[in-house]
Formats: sequence, structure tokens, C-alpha cells
Amino acid sequence: MSLIQKLGPGGRHGLATQESRDPIGYAVAALNRVAQSDLIDRLGLRRTAEQTVFTVTRTGFRTATAAGRSFQRAGQRGKPGVRVPSAPRTGVFDLTPTEDEQMLVDVVTELAEEVVRPAAAEADECCTVPDSVRSAAQEVGLPLLGVPESLGGISEERSAMAGTLVAEALAKGDMGLAVATLAPGSVATALGLWGTDEQQRTYLPAFAGEDVPAAALALNEPTVLFDVLVPSTTAVRRGDSYVLNGTKSLVPLGAEAELFVVGASLDGTPVLFLVESSTAGLTVEGDPGMGVRAAGLTRLELTDVTVPAEAVLGATDGTTYTECVRLSRLAWCALAVGTGQAVLDYVTPYVKEREAFGEPIAHRQSVAFMVANIAIELQAMRLLTYKAAARAAAGKEFGREVGLARNLCAAKGMQIGLDGVQVLGGHGFVKEHPVERWYRDLRAVGVMEGSVLV
Amino acid sequence: MAISLEDPKKFRPLVSQAHQVAMNMLRPISRKYDRAEHEYPKELDMLAAMIDGLSESGANEGAGAAGVRRGEDGAKKDDGGVKNGANLASVMSIAEMCWGDVGLLLSMPRQGLGNSAIASVANDEQAERFAGVWAGMAITEPGTGSDSANITTTAVLDGDEYVLNGEKIYVTAGDRADHIVVWATLDRSLGRAAIKSFVVPKGTPGMRVDRLEHKLGIKASDTATIIFENCRVPKENLLGSPEIDTKQGFAGAMATFDNTRPLVAAMAVGCARAALDLTRSLLADAGVTVDHDRPAHLQHAAAAKLLQMEADWEAAHLLMLQAAWMADNRRPNSLEASMAKAKAGRVGSDITLSCVELCGSVGYSEAELLEKWARDSKILDIFEGTQQIQQLIVARRVLGLSSAELK
Repeated sequence: MSLIQKLGPGGRHGLATQESRDPIGYAVAALNRVAQSDLIDRLGLRRTAEQTVFTVTRTGFRTATAAGRSFQRAGQRGKPGVRVPSAPRTGVFDLTPTEDEQMLVDVVTELAEEVVRPAAAEADECCTVPDSVRSAAQEVGLPLLGVPESLGGISEERSAMAGTLVAEALAKGDMGLAVATLAPGSVATALGLWGTDEQQRTYLPAFAGEDVPAAALALNEPTVLFDVLVPSTTAVRRGDSYVLNGTKSLVPLGAEAELFVVGASLDGTPVLFLVESSTAGLTVEGDPGMGVRAAGLTRLELTDVTVPAEAVLGATDGTTYTECVRLSRLAWCALAVGTGQAVLDYVTPYVKEREAFGEPIAHRQSVAFMVANIAIELQAMRLLTYKAAARAAAGKEFGREVGLARNLCAAKGMQIGLDGVQVLGGHGFVKEHPVERWYRDLRAVGVMEGSVLV
Repeated sequence: MAISLEDPKKFRPLVSQAHQVAMNMLRPISRKYDRAEHEYPKELDMLAAMIDGLSESGANEGAGAAGVRRGEDGAKKDDGGVKNGANLASVMSIAEMCWGDVGLLLSMPRQGLGNSAIASVANDEQAERFAGVWAGMAITEPGTGSDSANITTTAVLDGDEYVLNGEKIYVTAGDRADHIVVWATLDRSLGRAAIKSFVVPKGTPGMRVDRLEHKLGIKASDTATIIFENCRVPKENLLGSPEIDTKQGFAGAMATFDNTRPLVAAMAVGCARAALDLTRSLLADAGVTVDHDRPAHLQHAAAAKLLQMEADWEAAHLLMLQAAWMADNRRPNSLEASMAKAKAGRVGSDITLSCVELCGSVGYSEAELLEKWARDSKILDIFEGTQQIQQLIVARRVLGLSSAELK
């Protein structure tokens, strides 16, 4: 590689690798270095106000993972855990939730309106979950939604449908806070679905207790054209343990989580591993993204992380992992539906109140039709998501349905975010209105893998 | 009850029966009547007889447009008060038949959109009197398309008869049907509230079929221009109430559309699935298949397109089922009916046209049916309310605006 190429600008600052500098470019780059130096400040050449505030930038923090509690081993190793039965198959087309589901939705809707939404803007700004939201979510029982009754949870049958409805209702308040409050329960649900007796009895009591541990599903990786089914994080068997190496990205609550479910490739097959945050070799750094910031997204680095053989969650033939990916995508679809509904509910009164050319802009077809299309595609997203969720709950094959729901929710969800901002015009672009946040959040739907599941 | 969006189990036999008919009766004559526009598909008489026989035997719940009726039919509930009834049966069997051929479905004796109008607004006496007829639907006029409140065909009461005068165009099955349901106004000065529908038997003096259209698609179906000149019908042939209720306005006549729009959505859903099924199989022969778990961007571009089309198709399909399910359970469904038709209409065009493109010259050539489906699908985004009219209806409902506010 020539010197010139080494000095080339490509590969950083969002520049494609083939970018090159001409002489003026080099001069500007040099000037920029001067502008960045502390020297000019000491000489009083710049107003101090120019100090940019990056509260939680990539360089914001880099630490070991939370020390975490020591989970008391319990239960029988190798004995299958408790499994709830599938929901009954009725064979009747029906869009009515069960009474229990409706009750849950009502409670969570109230939570979303009264606690989550008011906290959303600040949580997005600081990339943290306020205690008020955390404790309210715990009070409602979110962490226990997918935990079998006999293990202290509230699930009598497969809870994918209930989980979907709850995620939707919560995301109507805020997607970032929804992810943050659903992430621990997602790990608990995973333990309920695939955990051995030992895993369930070791970890689940904490989720049913007062002090619910933060936890998250870490499946994403920072590579372009990432295929979640082929993780580059590896697990290698060494005696009675596995050694994990790799990097996981956009992991919610990483800084405080006490338990991770990490996806890694074991002999070429994707497998889930339970990794306690106190395990040596784990580091976490801030990885805030475009949106979903309240979830406290982090990058999780695994360097020779050694976990016992019984840390494997579920099957090692890839089936558990694939089901986990599908259930996680289902959760993201539900989040998209909830956020899309928030957009529709916000733009509807706006276009009727906002006047231009002497009448409400809602009286113009170009505006009204955008709202109509938001409503149509949103309902389509909802129906596809419900269909997949109902199949998952009934124990039917649901891979195709989730694939279709994700495809539609990613494309139309983003369109709804885009149109939401457009309909508000300049108001849509400023933080005085929440629509710009929904725009950022909705981009996550086609991107995110893991983090939450139903 | 619990949420489930599977096709109702009880209609599986009906759907598979319709599928066999579509495959073995309609597909073999599909191209024949696409080429021989205006020729009567005599094969359909046999089929109609079979469907009538099935209905008589009770084995066939509501296959076709005539099955759509919101009567007091004893409402047998399937479970926990939720009904899967004639509306769901109709959309499912119509989608299946249109997977066979849209034009031929529209030419099915005794299954016209006029039948659906009769079923929607007729009183019991009329429902009985017009049972078994084949009714076309005459709304559009040379100067009036989407603004159907503006029609100029008049109906004047003279003794015990209404006298109809005017010109109707684009009457589907207008030549072959034995009855026509005509929209006419009792008093133009009273606007939309004065618009009523009348059943006119063929052969009534003063009514004549003027000409047949040559069309882009659905050539198997005849599209007629019908002229009414001092055409007299008994006053009992006015469907619904003769009162001009300015408060109720247009709602009475428009209620027909709540029933027929899910049916047109079903036609688009069926036609699009025909294109999708064939394209999927042709692409599989060429080595391209869809993996629903892998990100679309990591798959063949044709597979990624197929995935997107499949998602859009499923969306239209589920919106269609939703609208029909609401009608079955006696819930107002104007909004959902329009949503279903809007989505199915545009998805039907996108899918059939994209399938032609994906399959290249195989898609474009008359050697396959893909190009035909791409022509047939277009009308489904136009009749019974264009894409734009559906969006207007959805927008007005969602925003709570009147037609005076949102024009």
C-alpha cells in the first residue's frame, strides 16, 4: 500500500474506501486538524461554547460488564424444564383477543400513555430508562409474561400472541422504552421456552422477584450483509466448557445487564448461550444508534469468554436458534405496529388543525391520502403480525408468516415514519414533536435481530 | 375466543372444490375466451347448473356474489359468539375462482354484482321474487364515473310504475344477465338521497343493449352499454325504501359497496395469486427459491422481489378476510372494505405486472397466461370504486371528515 493511500480519507467518517484527496482536500484536512486542536483554545481563538456535547457517544464509556449478582445454581442438570402447552387451535377466523389478553392490553396501554410516553423524549436523549418506567413495567408483570405459572410467572399457555399485543401497546408509548422494558422478560421467556430444569430454577426466580435483573438477547453483529443465522461469533468446546469469541452489536441494556443470551456458531451451527455478565472476558461499550436509544444500546465484546457446558440454551442443531430469531422478529413487527399507530394517532388531529391556504391541510387529497395509506398499511402490518403470532402460540410452523410480516413491517413501517414527518413538514423535523423520533425508531425494524422476543 | 387468522377450517372443502373447478374448468378455456371476446362461454352454463345443484343440496354455503347477504339468518355461531359465515365463504370461493379466471367468474350465471346489490338492499319479498335471477349492475354513465351521486338517469313514478330514462355504460354481464340493477334518481334537485336502485328484467320494453366494449382485459366478460327510453318497471322493483331520506343521504345505495368491495378485493387476491404461483414455480425451475428466514438482501434479487410480493399479497388477503369477517359478525365494515379493496387493487397490479417482468419474454408472451393476468388485474383497481375513491373513503373515515370537507 502506498503512502498516499494510507493518508487517504476513505474508510472513516462515513467515506467510501475509494474516496481520494486532491491538494485542496489535503489543505482543508490540515486546517481541520488545527481547528480540532486544544492549542487554539488556550490561545483564546475559539469560543468555548463550541464544545460539542456527545453525552453517550461511542467513546462515551467502555467498561467491563456489570458485576451482577451470583445466580444460585438450583434444579437438575440435564432434566428438561417446565413447558407450557400451546394455545388451542380453533379453526375459526377471529380477530378478538381473549379476555386475559384484552385485560393485559388495557393495563399496558394505560402504562404506555401515562408513564412511557411522557418519559420518552428524555429517555431518548439520555439513552437510559427512568426508574419510574422500570418499576411500573415490573409492577405490571412484564418480565413474567412468558414464564410458566409453576415457576412463578403468569403464562398458562404459549404466550406469543399476548406478548405481541403487549409489545404493540407498549410501543405506542415509545419503542425505545418498550425494548428496554421487554428485554429482561424476553430472556425469561426464552428460559421458559428452552431452559433445562437447572437453568429455569437458577435464573427464573430472580425474574419473579422484586429486583428483576436486566437481561438481553444478543444476536446482532456489526457487519454489513449480516445474516443472523450465520453468526461470526464462535463457540469452541474445550473440555467441560465452551469458549466464546466475537462481537455483538446493538445489545439493549448492555451496561447493566446481568444475564445475556448470546448467539454463537458452534461447529458451524448457530446456538444460544447463557452468559452471566460477571464472566471474565466480557466488555461492553456504548453503541447508540439512530433510534431506540432509550434501550441503552451497547456493543458486547467477547474475548475468550468461558462458560460451562450447561450454559447452552436449547438445542444445538440450530432449531432453537432459528425459533429464537423468528420470535424476535415477531416482537419487532409488534413494535413497528405500535409505533406506526402512534404516528397515525398523532398526524390525524394535526392535519385537521394545521391550516394552510385558509383551510385545514386535511382537506387536501395529497395530505389526506397519505394518512389513508398510513392507516391501510398499518392495518395490513397488524394482521400479518397477528397471523404469525397466533400460529406461534398454537405451536404451528410460522417461519413463512414471520418472514412476510417482517418484510411488510420493515418497508411499510419505515414509509409510515417517513410520511409522518412529511405530513408535519418542518414540525416533523424538530424535536418539539415526537414524529422525528418515531422516524428514527422505525428504521430499526428491518435491521434489528434479537434484543427482544415474544 | 382467540385471535386466529387462518382460513376458516369449515370452508376448506368449499375452497378446495372451487380450486378444482378453477383448475379443471376455467383454466383450460381461459385463453380461448380472452381471444374470442364477446363470444358466450357456453361451458359456464354447465358449471352454473352444478353450483346451483350444490346450493340446493346445502353443500355449498355462499359460493359467489349472490351469497352475500346480511339477513337474519339465524346466525349460527361457530364458537363464543364469533361467526364465520357467508361473507367469508364468498370472498374465499371468489378468490379461488379468480385464481382460475376473473373474466369467466364475472360471466358466471346468477353470480353477478347485481345479485350482490339485491342481496344487500332488497326486502324479504324482493329477495324471494328475485331469487335465482342473474343480475348485472348499471351505475356508470358517459358523464359520471366515480362521482356516482351525480347520475342523470331518471326514474319518475307514473301510476304503479317507474319510468326510467338514461344511458348506462360499463355494465358487467350487461348483455348476458337476465336482469339489470339500475341506479337512477327520483329527483335530481334532492341530490344523492334521491338515488335509488331498480331491478329491470331483460326484455322490458324501452331497455336495449346498445353495444359491447372492446377491453384491455377480462375479455371473457361482456361489458355493455344499455339505453333506457321510457322503460317502465313495476314500482315494487325499487330496491329498499322509496322514501327520499335526506338525512340518510346516499348511505342506502352505497351500502351495496360495503358488500361488493370485499368481493372485488377477492378477485384481485385470486388473480394475483395465479401470477404469483406460476412465477414462483417458473423461478424455482430456474433455480431461484425464497428463504423466509434469510434477509432478503442476501438472496437473489428475484427472490427478494418474490418475498415482497408475497408479503403484499398476504396483506391484501388478510384485509379481505377481515372485511368479510366483520360483515359476517354484523359489524359496520365500510372502512375495512375500502382498505381491502385499495390494498388488493394496487397489489394486484403490482404483482401481476412484476411477474411478467420477472419472467421476461415468457411472461410477456401469449404462450403463458401471465400477460393476460397483468391485463385482467387492472380493472380490479377501477370498478366498484377506483383506488383513489377507496383512499378518499378511508381518509374521510379515519379523519372524521365529511365529503364537503374532504372533496
